[in-house]
Amino acid sequence: MQIDLTINQKSYSLELDSRVTLLDAIREHVGLTGSKKGCDHGQCGACTVLVNGRRINACLSLAAMHDGDEITTVEGLSDGELSPLQAAFIKEDGFQCGYCTPGQLCSATGMLQEISEGWPSHVSDSLDGPYELSEAELSERMSGNLCRCSCYPGINAAIRSVGEKA
Amino acid sequence: MSVAKPLPHDSARLHVTGQATYVDDLPMQPGTLHLAFGMAQIARGRVQEMDLDAVRAAPGVVRVWTAEDLPGPCDCSASPLHDEPLLTDEVLYDGQPIFLVAATSHLAARKAARLGKITYAEETPILTIDEALAASSRFEGGPIVWEKGAPDDGIASAPRRLSGSLTMGGQEHFYLEGQAAQVTPLEAEELLVQASTQHPTEIQHKVAEALGLNMGDVRVEMRRMGGGFGGKESQGNWLAIACAVVAAATGRPARMRYDRDDDMVLTGKRHDARVDYEVGFDDDGRVLGLDVTQLIRCGWSMDLSLPVADRAMLHADSSYDLPAIRITSHRLKTNTASNTAYRGFGGPQGMLGMERIIDHIAHELGRDPVEVRRANYYAEAPPLREHGPDKPEVDDTPDTPDREAPDSFSRADEVSSGTGRGRPFAGEHSPKPKAQTTPYGMEVTDFILHEITAKLLESSDYAARKRAVAEFNTAGGALRKGLAFSPVKFGISFTLTHLNQAGALVHVYQDGSIRLNHGGTEMGQGLNQKVAQVTAARFGVEASRVRITATDTGKVPNTSATAASSGADLNGMAAANAADTIRERMAEVVAKHLQGEPEEVRFEDSRVHLGGASVSFEEAAKLTYESRVSLSASGFYKTPHLHWDRLKGQGRPFFYFAYGAAVTEVLLDTRTGENRILRTDILHDVGASLNPAIDIGQIEGAYVQGAGWLTTEELAWDGKGRLRTHAPSTYKIPACSDRPEEFNVTLHSGENRSETIYRSKAVGEPPFMLAISAFLALSNACAACGPAYPALEAPATPEHVLEAIRRARGA
Repeated sequence: MQIDLTINQKSYSLELDSRVTLLDAIREHVGLTGSKKGCDHGQCGACTVLVNGRRINACLSLAAMHDGDEITTVEGLSDGELSPLQAAFIKEDGFQCGYCTPGQLCSATGMLQEISEGWPSHVSDSLDGPYELSEAELSERMSGNLCRCSCYPGINAAIRSVGEKA
Repeated sequence: MSVAKPLPHDSARLHVTGQATYVDDLPMQPGTLHLAFGMAQIARGRVQEMDLDAVRAAPGVVRVWTAEDLPGPCDCSASPLHDEPLLTDEVLYDGQPIFLVAATSHLAARKAARLGKITYAEETPILTIDEALAASSRFEGGPIVWEKGAPDDGIASAPRRLSGSLTMGGQEHFYLEGQAAQVTPLEAEELLVQASTQHPTEIQHKVAEALGLNMGDVRVEMRRMGGGFGGKESQGNWLAIACAVVAAATGRPARMRYDRDDDMVLTGKRHDARVDYEVGFDDDGRVLGLDVTQLIRCGWSMDLSLPVADRAMLHADSSYDLPAIRITSHRLKTNTASNTAYRGFGGPQGMLGMERIIDHIAHELGRDPVEVRRANYYAEAPPLREHGPDKPEVDDTPDTPDREAPDSFSRADEVSSGTGRGRPFAGEHSPKPKAQTTPYGMEVTDFILHEITAKLLESSDYAARKRAVAEFNTAGGALRKGLAFSPVKFGISFTLTHLNQAGALVHVYQDGSIRLNHGGTEMGQGLNQKVAQVTAARFGVEASRVRITATDTGKVPNTSATAASSGADLNGMAAANAADTIRERMAEVVAKHLQGEPEEVRFEDSRVHLGGASVSFEEAAKLTYESRVSLSASGFYKTPHLHWDRLKGQGRPFFYFAYGAAVTEVLLDTRTGENRILRTDILHDVGASLNPAIDIGQIEGAYVQGAGWLTTEELAWDGKGRLRTHAPSTYKIPACSDRPEEFNVTLHSGENRSETIYRSKAVGEPPFMLAISAFLALSNACAACGPAYPALEAPATPEHVLEAIRRARGA
C-alpha cells in the first residue's frame, strides 16, 4: 500500500507492506539509520521518534498508521546548529556507546513538551499541572529509555540543564 | 597538554545527530543476503531428522545450510578445544544453531528459520551446578586448586569458625546494539568483514580458518560497537563466520544480526556461580585460615571459561592479606548457553565471595564490617614521592622486548626526546619492601586502600549515617535501611601473558594533520579519545588535530581483544611509541633547520621549539616531508614484568592493581522485598586520569551495571533448560530511576606506581565491583530484621530478600 510520511520536513511516498513497522520504514525504506532497533519490543526506547510532536516507540507502531503524519527523528532535531538538548548531551557526557542516544534525545524532546503542556506522570502529586522537572519526575518520565552503559547521571544532568532553562 | 583534559567522547557530535554508524546502519549493498539460524528446541540430544523443505520454499529464501553443507567444521570457539561447530546435529543447549538460512531480507530469513521440521533423540540435560557436580561434567578433568600456607591448620586452630555458601546469578550483557556482522566478498577470494566485535583479530583468524583462507585474505574493520561489556569478545564469531560462509559460497554480501530474543538465547552470559566457604578467624575478625570453593557454571562449551574461572580465583582474596587459604575451582559443563566474558571477567564472582565471608564474620562478631575489613587489609604502600614512584621497577620480564616502550611518562610537561632513563640500582643493599603476597604469590606493593577507606568514610559521613540507619531501624515499621562499605582491588593485565601487547599506526601528513589507528576497539568507553589525547600530547598539539579511524586488521595486525580493562594502557603506549618515533625524526629535521641539537627540540603549543626559536607543527611536518623523511610509524608495546603459571597458580599475572571503595545506603520494604538505593559515595583510583570526564562516566556506569547484576537482573531457566528471561520485558536492567538518588563519585588523585601511560590506571572493569556495597547494604538491611545472619543470595530480587529476612528472623 502507499503511505505518505513527512520525515524531518521532507515528504516521502512509500510503497510498503501493511505490516511494516514505522521503525523499519524509517531505517530500511527511507534510509535514515539514526533511530535504532534495540529490542524490537518497545521496551528499550532506542527507536523513539516524534510523531506530530509526541514521542512514540517506532518499533511498536505500523507505518500504515501514520499516513500523513509529521515525523521527527534524531536526524531532524537539528538544522545544522545543535538543539539545546543535543549540545547539553555533549556537555554533560550523556552517552558512552551512543546507541540509545537518538532515542534518549527524541524522548527527552517530547518529554519536555509534555511537562510544559501540563501532562501528569505516575509520580505526580496531582492530575493538575504545572509540574516541575524534579529528579523524580524526570526519572519516571525517562524510564522508558534504557542506557546499558548507565550514563543516567549525564543524561539527567543534560535534560535538566535544558528543562530548567525552558 | 591534551592528556588529563575532560574532553567529550570522540564521536559526541555524531551520536547526538544520529550520524554515528554501527554495523546494521551500513548502506545496504545490492544483492545482500540476510541470515538467520534455525535453533534447536531441546537442550541436549541428537537431531534425527531434519525436514527443511518448508524453509527452502519460504518467500525470499535463497539457500539453506546444514552442518553437512559447510566447507568444514567452521569452528567458532575462542578456546583451544575447537568445540563450537557453526552448525551441528549434536545439540548441547537449547537454541543451538542447527541450520542456517540466507534470504533476501532479515524478516524473510527469520520467518523461514522457524519452519524447520526437526525430530530429536532427546537426552537428559545437565543444567544446574549440582547436577554437573554429581555427573562430574566439567572442563579440565578435575578442580583447579591453589593453596597458600596451611589453611586446614589455620581453620582448626582458630578461636572461631564459621561456614556458609553464596549463590550468585549470571548476567545478560544486553549491549543495546545486538550482535551484528557483514561480510563483503572482494576480488580474488578476499573478504571484508565489518563486525560489532571487541576482537577483530580473532574474527579474522576464525573466518580464515573456517574457509581455509590465510589471515591475510581477510580484513576486519570495526568502527564502533553499541556496547560490548565482554559480550562481544568471542560471541561475534558465529555471525562473522556464518556471513563469510554465505558470502564465499554465493559471491554476494551477507549480513546477520541477532534479534534481541535470539541474542539472549544464543549468546553466553556472565558465569553464575556458587561460593562455599569455611573460615577460621580471631576475635578481631582477622582471618587465620580459609577454605573457599568456587563452583562456576560454564555452559556447553569452553569459550573463555578457564581464564574467567582463573580470574575468580585471582580475586578470591579481594583486598585481604590472608595467611592461609585454599581456593578450589570447579569449571562445570552444563547444557546451557556458553558463559563468556563479562566486565570483571570472574573478578566480581571471586570478590563477592570474599566480601560475603568478611560480612558473615563481622555479623558473627557483632562488629562493624568496615573494621573487620581494615583488620584484614594488605599493608599500605609507602606514600609516593612527588616525582614518580619510590622504587622504580626493574624489568624482570624473562624475554627481552625487541622494542622498548616509551621511556618515561612523568606528568611534568617535558616532552623532549632523548632523555633516556637509566636502569635503577636494585642490588643487595637496596631497601626491600615488606613482602606481602597474594594467594598466588604476587607481591602487593601498591596497596592504597587504607587511605582511600579513611577518606571515603569521612566524605560519606559513614559513622553518623550508620547511627542514623540504626535509629531508623530501631523505630520499627515495615521499612528498613542498610548501609555498607566495600573495597575493590582489581588486577590489571590479561592473565594469558602473551595477550598483553598492542600496536598502533600513526601518520603525520605534510599539512600537520595526524591520523591514528590502533588495535583497540571503541565500545563507548572513550578509548579512541584517550589514545588520541595521548598521541596529541606526544606531539604537543591539541587532540582535535588527531583523526581517529576504525580499527582495521589491515592496518594494525595481531591485536588482542579490547578487554581486561587494558585498552588505554596497551594502545595508549603503542600509539605513544609510534608518535615518539615520528617525533624523533621531526626533531632531527627541525634541529638542522634551526641549527641546534635534536635533543633540545621541544613539541609544545602546536609548535616545535628549539631554544628561543620555533616553527609551527605544520611547518615542521612540511620540512620533514621535504627532507624526504618518513612521517609514518608503527608503534608497539608489551606490558613488562609479567610471568604467570596458571596451573600452579604462581607468579605475577598483573602489572598493577586498581583500587576503589564505595559506601551505599539502601531502603527496603520488608513486606514486599522492594528496595532502592538511596545514596552512593565512591572514591576510585584511576591513577593520573587521562580524561576525568570519561573516567567518571565509566565509574558511574560500572556501578549501576554492577548493581543491576546484584539486584534486579535475574536469569531464569526452566526445567528443560530453556531461558525464560529472553527479552527486556522479563529481564530487568537498570533504568534511569534505578540509579542512586544521591550519587557522589570522586577520583582518587594519585599516580600509578607502575609505569603506565602518563601514570594512568585502567578503569573499565574495576568500578563494576563497587556495586558489591549495594548488595551488602541490602544484606545489612535484612540483618536488621532479626538476630540470625540473613545469607542473602544474589541477585537480591524481592524473592531473595524476603527469604533472607525470614532467615534473619530465624523462621
